[in-house]
Amino acid sequence: MARQMTGAEMVVQALKDQGVEVVFGYPGGAVLPIYDAIFQQNDIRHILVRHEQGAIHMAEGYARSTGKVGVALVTSGPGATNAVTGLTDALLDSIPLVVLSGQVPTFMIGTDGFQEADTVGITRPCTKHNWLVKDTAKLSEVMHQAFHVAKSGRPGPVLVDIPKDVQFATADYTEMPAARTAHYQPRTTGDTAQIARMVEMMETAERPLFYTGGGVINSGPRASQLLREFVAETGFPITSTLMGLGSYPASGQNWLGMLGMHGLYEANLSMHGCDLMLNIGARFDDRITGRIPDFSPKSKKVHVDIDPSSINKVIRTDVGIIGDVAEVLAEALRQWRARGSKVNKEGLAKWWAQINEWRAVKCLTYKNSTTVIKPQYALERLEALTKGMDRYITTEVGQHQMWAAQFLGFEDPNRWMTSGGLGTMGYGLPASIGVQIAHPKSLVINVAGEASWLMNMQEMGTAMQFRTPVKQFILNNERLGMVRQWQELLHGERYSQSWSESLPDFVKLAEAFGCKGIQCTDPKDLDDAIMQMLRYDGPVIFDCRVEKHENCFPMIPSGKPHNEMLLGDADTQGVIGAKGAVLV
Amino acid sequence: MSALNIKKGSTSHSAYELRDPNTPVIESHTLAVVVDNESGVLARVIGLFSGRGYNIESLTVAETDHASHRSRITIVTTGTPQVIEHIKSLLERMVPVHEVHDLTVEGPSVQRELALLKVAGHGEARIEALRLAEIFRANVVDSTLESFVFEMTGTPVKIDAFADLMRPLGLIEIARTGVAALSRGA
Ligand SMILES: Cc1ncc(C[n+]2csc(CCOP(=O)(O)OP(=O)(O)O)c2C)c(N)n1
Ligand SMILES: [Mg+2]
Repeated sequence: MARQMTGAEMVVQALKDQGVEVVFGYPGGAVLPIYDAIFQQNDIRHILVRHEQGAIHMAEGYARSTGKVGVALVTSGPGATNAVTGLTDALLDSIPLVVLSGQVPTFMIGTDGFQEADTVGITRPCTKHNWLVKDTAKLSEVMHQAFHVAKSGRPGPVLVDIPKDVQFATADYTEMPAARTAHYQPRTTGDTAQIARMVEMMETAERPLFYTGGGVINSGPRASQLLREFVAETGFPITSTLMGLGSYPASGQNWLGMLGMHGLYEANLSMHGCDLMLNIGARFDDRITGRIPDFSPKSKKVHVDIDPSSINKVIRTDVGIIGDVAEVLAEALRQWRARGSKVNKEGLAKWWAQINEWRAVKCLTYKNSTTVIKPQYALERLEALTKGMDRYITTEVGQHQMWAAQFLGFEDPNRWMTSGGLGTMGYGLPASIGVQIAHPKSLVINVAGEASWLMNMQEMGTAMQFRTPVKQFILNNERLGMVRQWQELLHGERYSQSWSESLPDFVKLAEAFGCKGIQCTDPKDLDDAIMQMLRYDGPVIFDCRVEKHENCFPMIPSGKPHNEMLLGDADTQGVIGAKGAVLV
Repeated sequence: MSALNIKKGSTSHSAYELRDPNTPVIESHTLAVVVDNESGVLARVIGLFSGRGYNIESLTVAETDHASHRSRITIVTTGTPQVIEHIKSLLERMVPVHEVHDLTVEGPSVQRELALLKVAGHGEARIEALRLAEIFRANVVDSTLESFVFEMTGTPVKIDAFADLMRPLGLIEIARTGVAALSRGA
């Protein structure tokens, strides 16, 4: 006998059956029946946010740090439209989310009813798929399908829009195994013949390079493990996108650091100069490629991606392998070992000699100060003082984000949560709460810029209510620093609207929320202040006053090739020669 | 490691010159897409094109399998080979899409479009219109003393040719279905 229940009960039952433990949400008229069903059970924890955008970013942080599907619940109309930025963020970064939205009752759809919005219309381009469920009998099956679609193939956000009368009505519950999911089964095993071509190329390449991305993380811990074995056994150098940090350890011998617009000199020059590029789960984003016609002109390119539409989208590849990273790496490793684990030793030795010359440039060198805190120094100290801790990092968007990627080291996957594809200011604070909910005992730090942080600062209320001891490490330059940097370099130093005026007193703000506020202005006090933050058992807002006009280098200006990288301020003024600039 | 050398106050440098100036050839392809006939599916397919600035030359859709609620969408699109490839893989990864066929590359195919043309006129022009209709195998499906409605099926090129001939003879309105297409052979 099928179980009979209301639509609202089905939602909760399906969440339980899918193994969901936490829902991030905000109530309203169109989801009251679901909130009523949530009230009457104890298996699923509901985290009440302060703004629906916060709910989606928390669900993202939760998903990225656990590998599970994140779940959010919002009401119709403004609740759903507030979710749009988060959905787009999750789509671009391939984060699995199931977002449930309330809708006006079916008989009112299309009447411009109170809090009616065309939610499936609005969210169609920013979800992997969405459903408007008009019949309670179909609701439970759609719920199960939603989870299936969110996590299968290239992960992404899905949305289920549920009219209020559908939540009230009663129907049979479709159990999870009975839900039809057969037709959406993206391919996960790579073509063995193509993998063989990749392996052959690896045996002879003189200047090979692994270029890895978020796909390695999304594929799960096994993918990172296999990648580490492959790198260790081949001796190939490896770089990663912003999204892929942690899949190969930052302390690993073959690690070149992050590549891309603010990537390391050695990583970008290796991309430019390699003769075999092994793209594993990255997507040739424009932050990576720079000017397309000049992108790595001499290399053969292998691209492993679970999404066929990523292959040959921007860069023509020589070997395209559609499949899950872990499965493809396992097969490639098996074939390569079976053929005798061969590499071009001579070529590789020369390649490493070249790379080590690039490394010697020490592109992250900055000019420190004894009077002002340099943002890079702040992050170096944060890194040193949290090294070896069970640590998760989220970020906002801007210079601080790039410095965090450059100066913090990630040893494991799922430890680094940042808005890469969309670059959403306001992501980091809610994401840090989502991470902390999933890992209550771990150290969770949001490396923030003051401007980004203000965008979702209301979520400090959520952090307080749910006792998530998140550390908000704000590199406060009183500037929209990244915007200011571009204006300096590309718009003749006309600083149009890139000041953070009328900032709050962050320490008082912390007190107002009931948490701890710390301000640090002197580099000599920094270590103590950071230790104070780490020792405090509760949320902390750390106002780290940093140099206001520091620029983030290296930088490849948009539309420039990798080998036209700016290394320091002197480069931009053309005063000191490039070699000299390195030393600044 | 070159310097940007941008002078203070200069406006000539833009960071947004990213487009490849060598625009390659534009091709026209006919795609047959089998989808679940669920609400929003057409909006989803069209949105894929409009959201990326890709072209739809024509689009036809109807449920072709009532038992399993499948519809067949026939799309004629134009773009560079890379864009066409991208469109196909974007269509393939959509949840309600079951099959994507590029009839332009998957061997020979037949392509037909239906058109209705209203031609108004008197005397010689009216007789000439009827004569040409016969040559083009267009049927008269409505007639009054001053007008005909012709129905014709054919390739879009043939319909274009017929419409061009009818224009000076009093063509006042035309309705076209867009292309339906099937591959030849079994
Ligand atoms: C929602 C949103 N609006 C605007 C931008 C454009 N933007 C990118 S970085 C940035 C400045 C960020 O300032 P802050 O958070 O203080 O970081 P900083 O660069 O100073 O470290 C802006 C406005 C964005 N990425 N996201
Ligand atoms: Mg700032």
